[in-house]
Amino acid sequence: MIGVFHPGSSFLHRAPALLKLGVLAVLVATIALAGSPWWLGAASVLVIALFAVARVPFALAWRQVVPILWVLAFAVPLQVLFNGWEAAAVMAARLVLAVALAALYTLTTPVTATLDAMQALLRPFRRWIDADRVGLALALAIRCVPLLTELVREVLDARKARGAEGSVLALAVPVIVRSLRTAEHLGEALVARGFDD
Amino acid sequence: MSEIGFEGVSHDFGAERVVDDVSLVLRERRIGIVGANGSGKSTLARMINGLVTPSTGRVLVDGLDVRRQGREVRRRVGFVFTNADNQIVMPTVREDVAFTLRRHRLEPADATARVDAALERAGLTDLADRPAHRLSGGQKQLLAIASVLVAEPAVVVADEPTTLLDARNARRIAEHFETLDQQLIVVSHQLDLLESFDRVVVMEAGRVVADDVPRAALDAYRALIG
Ligand SMILES: Nc1ncnc2c1ncn2[C@@H]1O[C@H](COP(=O)(O)OP(=O)(O)O)[C@@H](O)[C@H]1O
Ligand SMILES: [Mg+2]
Repeated sequence: MIGVFHPGSSFLHRAPALLKLGVLAVLVATIALAGSPWWLGAASVLVIALFAVARVPFALAWRQVVPILWVLAFAVPLQVLFNGWEAAAVMAARLVLAVALAALYTLTTPVTATLDAMQALLRPFRRWIDADRVGLALALAIRCVPLLTELVREVLDARKARGAEGSVLALAVPVIVRSLRTAEHLGEALVARGFDD
Repeated sequence: MSEIGFEGVSHDFGAERVVDDVSLVLRERRIGIVGANGSGKSTLARMINGLVTPSTGRVLVDGLDVRRQGREVRRRVGFVFTNADNQIVMPTVREDVAFTLRRHRLEPADATARVDAALERAGLTDLADRPAHRLSGGQKQLLAIASVLVAEPAVVVADEPTTLLDARNARRIAEHFETLDQQLIVVSHQLDLLESFDRVVVMEAGRVVADDVPRAALDAYRALIG
């Protein structure tokens, strides 16, 4: 899941966030452009090696790529149907590698470091962009993932308890109402913590 | 201690008068606010750091008008909410405490030292790198309090900080509050928590109906709720 930092002391953990972001961008772009299965095979070896260097437990690494496998379960058969096996395999490999690399970044980089990196990156544009604000928005977006997951789970339970399993309304209404309320409370808490401009 | 003054304060939500002509000067170290649900306690507490602006009257913290000098007031007054989940912003415990200091522009070493001290004080040092949203309810509230205290406010306002907790965790939070140097204003239904306080204010339908040492005020409150 996004936003989960796995503490460690590998060189990937110690590398500056800005450098990691740059390398991540280059690698993802390369993977997106590299068409040959050989290149993608080499990239896979590299990514696996990086996970090993960062000492990410296998189960944790696996959890990062599972969500994208669900997407692929739908997308691959369609690709095979329209564009053939090879294109489907290339697409699948590209997606898995990109997700794995992004996950490796979040696993080895505390969010705080990302915020600092972004502030450094945006400094030349500070006349037009408030880096603090962008950082805050990013932190909040990351925070919303576990909050929303938990909220949906609770609402699903409540819906089940009321015997309204099939009802889209019984899912959508509480989720929307509670998301809005949570957003309001979060906003208040931010003001109370001095983020009020 | 800081001096918190309510001068002829009223507040309306739409047509409903929620706080009705309250005047108070709070200087004691430990102040409790009690009252039935809907009696206006939260609205009153929120006025102290400007989360709610009164419809009429003014609220002063050390002479600063909360309406006009909200920023300075919020630097002095920390606020602890009932539901810590709404207050936690960052993924890990340490990062959430550090987050408060982002606006303080400290030297990184100073910031780290303050965060470490705040974690230590809350007994969260061993959990520093854990995901904040997976802590227990009591630990989350301790984290929320640590994230407020790291800013070193002079006053801490807490709105029902133990209401969502079980008895043991509520006790833990209460004991933690007892160790703080800050001036403390606590809205609570846990009357035993307030017995050792210096002063208790009782609210009923937006008005202050009793304001006394805890024993007398709590007796008045018990008589009121029958
Ligand atoms: N944001 C709001 N909008 C409208 N009405 C509100 C709002 N907040 C509180 N109220 C109403 O004001 C009254 C007092 O609320 P509150 O101060 O939260 O009381 P307490 O904390 O003592 O339970 C209640 O009737 C409540 O419904
Ligand atoms: Mg309340």
